[in-house]
Amino acid sequence: MLAILLTDSAGQFFSSGHTNNWAVLVCTSRFWFNYRHVANTLSVYRSVKRLGIPDSHIVLMLADDMACNHRNPKPATVFSHKNMELNVYGDDVEVDYRGYEVTVENFLRVLTGRLPPSTPRSKRLLSDDRSNILIYLTGHGGNGFLKFQDSEEISNVELADAFEQMWQKRRYNELLFIIDTCQGASMYERFYSPNLMALASSQVGEDSLSHQPDLAIGVHLMDRYTFYLLEFLEDIHPASKTNMNDLFKVCPKSQCVSTPGHRTDLFLRDPGSVLITDFFGSVRKIEITMETINLTDPIKQMEENSGNDVQTENNTYVDQLPVSEIIHQKPKQRDWHPPDGFILGLWTLILLVFFKTYGVKHLKHVF
Amino acid sequence: MASYWNRNPIRVFVFLILTVFVVVRSNIPSTPGEGAEERRWEASQVGDVDPGMSVAPPHPHTNTDSFQEELVVRPLHSGDIYASFQFRTVWEADFSRGNKVSHYQLFPKSLGQVISKFSVRELHISFTQGYWRTMQWGQPFLPSPPGAELWVWFQDSVTDVDGTWKELTNVLSGIFCASLNFIDSTNTVQPSAAFKPLGVGNVTDHRFLRYATLPREIVCTENLTPWKKLLPCGSKAGLAVLLKSEKLFHSSFHSQAVHIRPICQDQRCKSTSLELRQTLNAVFDLHTSGQAKREWSLFKMFSRTLTEACPLASSSKIYIDITDNSQGEQFELSPASSLLSQAVVLGDRRTFSVYDLTDQATFGSTLSPFDKKWQYPIGDMLRPLLHAERYVAGYGLQTGEIHTVMYNHHPYRSFPVLLLDSVPWYLRLYIHTLTVTSKGKENKPSYIHYQPSKDRLRPHLLEMLVQLPPNSATEVTVEFERALLKWTEYTPDPNHGFYVGSSVISSLVPSTVATNTSITQEQPLFSSFFPCKEELSYFVRVYTEPLLVNLPTPDFSMPYNVICLTCTVVAVGYGSLYNLLTRSFQIEEPSPGLAKRIANVIRRMRGVPPL
Repeated sequence: MLAILLTDSAGQFFSSGHTNNWAVLVCTSRFWFNYRHVANTLSVYRSVKRLGIPDSHIVLMLADDMACNHRNPKPATVFSHKNMELNVYGDDVEVDYRGYEVTVENFLRVLTGRLPPSTPRSKRLLSDDRSNILIYLTGHGGNGFLKFQDSEEISNVELADAFEQMWQKRRYNELLFIIDTCQGASMYERFYSPNLMALASSQVGEDSLSHQPDLAIGVHLMDRYTFYLLEFLEDIHPASKTNMNDLFKVCPKSQCVSTPGHRTDLFLRDPGSVLITDFFGSVRKIEITMETINLTDPIKQMEENSGNDVQTENNTYVDQLPVSEIIHQKPKQRDWHPPDGFILGLWTLILLVFFKTYGVKHLKHVF
Repeated sequence: MASYWNRNPIRVFVFLILTVFVVVRSNIPSTPGEGAEERRWEASQVGDVDPGMSVAPPHPHTNTDSFQEELVVRPLHSGDIYASFQFRTVWEADFSRGNKVSHYQLFPKSLGQVISKFSVRELHISFTQGYWRTMQWGQPFLPSPPGAELWVWFQDSVTDVDGTWKELTNVLSGIFCASLNFIDSTNTVQPSAAFKPLGVGNVTDHRFLRYATLPREIVCTENLTPWKKLLPCGSKAGLAVLLKSEKLFHSSFHSQAVHIRPICQDQRCKSTSLELRQTLNAVFDLHTSGQAKREWSLFKMFSRTLTEACPLASSSKIYIDITDNSQGEQFELSPASSLLSQAVVLGDRRTFSVYDLTDQATFGSTLSPFDKKWQYPIGDMLRPLLHAERYVAGYGLQTGEIHTVMYNHHPYRSFPVLLLDSVPWYLRLYIHTLTVTSKGKENKPSYIHYQPSKDRLRPHLLEMLVQLPPNSATEVTVEFERALLKWTEYTPDPNHGFYVGSSVISSLVPSTVATNTSITQEQPLFSSFFPCKEELSYFVRVYTEPLLVNLPTPDFSMPYNVICLTCTVVAVGYGSLYNLLTRSFQIEEPSPGLAKRIANVIRRMRGVPPL
């Protein structure tokens, strides 16, 4: 009886198979009138942070700055509901890639992990084979592509290949891909790696529509799909048991006007057994122990032996504008140039050699 | 060879002795200091028992870090309020001798690791949104240019300064959530006379200095959040509680900076400690933020109230500038403070009303000074003696002129200024057109350092030491030509234009009030940033506006149009020609009339050949 109970709880402990959660949230649009894409991404960021994924495990990419944009009547805020009900920007936000850094190349490098060695940790996706990753993309898209900053595109084939690279390098355990663009379903058509689940806001041939404008700010604040997704996620708390089937029902055609789609054929588990918090939250599994651990005494820092001071001269502050020193500064070493007249001398030499070989009598004709 | 040995045995013998001598000498450590250094390194390891220490009685480890915070509020003559926060953490660590540190108390670990890993002697980074209007607001306590600015002095031990600089900018971009990784050789310069170190030190070899600006950099909450996390108390207690982003960014000017430099520990300055200063300057325009009455309070400015002082701070003070209110006719502070202090800052003696947050009795719930009757001050504001402007002249997208105008408002003294200009490579400067004129006459600079640009490699660097005559405007003009970039080098929004960083003008301005030149630490923080050696002049740095120039931009929708037109022309022209050449023509009989067709049908039925 006890053994069965133990295996049951052990089975539950290991059912999802992941030990850490990551999120890559990307907004690919620039310019003030694409305010809603930044608001989309920030609302997913807010939900993901609220459900427990820390900033160090979130790679947030925003292609333009809306909060401190000079056109924003309320600086340092990004609202998702009209009448300024909910500020999704908040007071504690860390954007990892911003402005011109959000490019297709950087996005693919983050996914596959092929970043230059000096890239800081906050800009890397340091996932392993037991990580569940949530990837959220929003912006302007079309049939088979997504536009980055109005100047380049990523195609669905490239994205599928990037995920395959991630699978080959064991960079994820399970991956949830959500996209909120026009014709979003085309972006997940080409996936072929295992353990991928995808959701899109509209089918091929349909446009995703925006929700409502705010007259004070003057632009549309959110897209419909993400608006209802945010409403759905606001009801989730870190211990909730809602599963993916509920997520598929978010934003039916009556609310969204477009038909959201999803793809689960590559996913090994049944979507009904996958919890929302498996991807959106970071549920930490706690092991309770009754043992006590004795800590050693705190280490006392040793005093530096200041008797061995080699430095005996007085340090002084440097003169900030030493005029006489500057005027009499020696000119810095410049690149070496041949001395003046070198070319002239060279030509003289060439002429002399020429006339030497062919006879001096020619020289008489010159002069 | 054998004959040589036989013929000159003595020479060979001497040669052998010398060789053996040299070999033996090289194995002995060359200096006695090297051995001592090894011994010192051992002593600093934690846990080792040093025989010398066991004799002395054990004493508790004293907390050698110290943290001070202060806020200065100064009402400006234009009706704005200038608030300046200064947070200072002093850390008794010395990195110049290569010591490794593993214990951090108040000093943030992220910055400590950066300093030790990249052998940084001084680091100054600032993020600014807005432009400081010197003529309306006076001089700031700590000037900064719009956008991001980073300048670093490395230690002498760094061998590859450029490589270390690149890695440092990448690491800082991760710490501050800013796009500092865009700093590369195309916008980094190595000034030869400006930006002398602000900390103690004897060596000023400018090979170890790097300076870069990003005028396009946006400053928002994501830069403020990691900045606040560097403070010992975070934003939970002390003055940092007031830093709420919604109010701070709704201001005319906002600048946050981090300055790390070595300072003297005491008067004799035998050893140095590391100082981290975090400053935040903001100018609030109370008219646009909806305040009809000229009242201001800390709650109205920051929408937060002070609750308690930071327990880790050794001093936590608020200074309100009441110099214009000496008789109390302009405004009245509530709660009133009896503590007054005078400080000489930027050549001006100002009186401050001091509130000490560590003292519980000084304030109750909120600190809210209110105006009795606000009038614009009758007295003359101390006019800033040095002021500069910069603009682009010319028309069209091919050529232009950069004009930098520097004003000296002192009635009878002239002083030298050092002008530093860093222009990107795509504005090709013609230095032969450089002219410096004051009062209509040519003013020859006493020092010029010009480093021309290399396309796509490095920018122009122009440094000049100019003497500004009294009560004059000096104009520096230089013509330039705009370059056509490769189509991949344009930003995604090229029609916005390209930014040119601010010029930096550094000078020693004569002052009427004697400044304090001692290195004591009792001065308030805002008056003791720039070290001064002379009493009758103070150092000031002025930044001009950044420039926005349009480069000739191609029409990026052009490829689509070109493809459509080309395909149409190819299809129509080539297609018809191809058909004409390759098709064969056959004569086709016209179809027969109705009667004949019926007759053919009948004939077919009969089995007879058709007509």
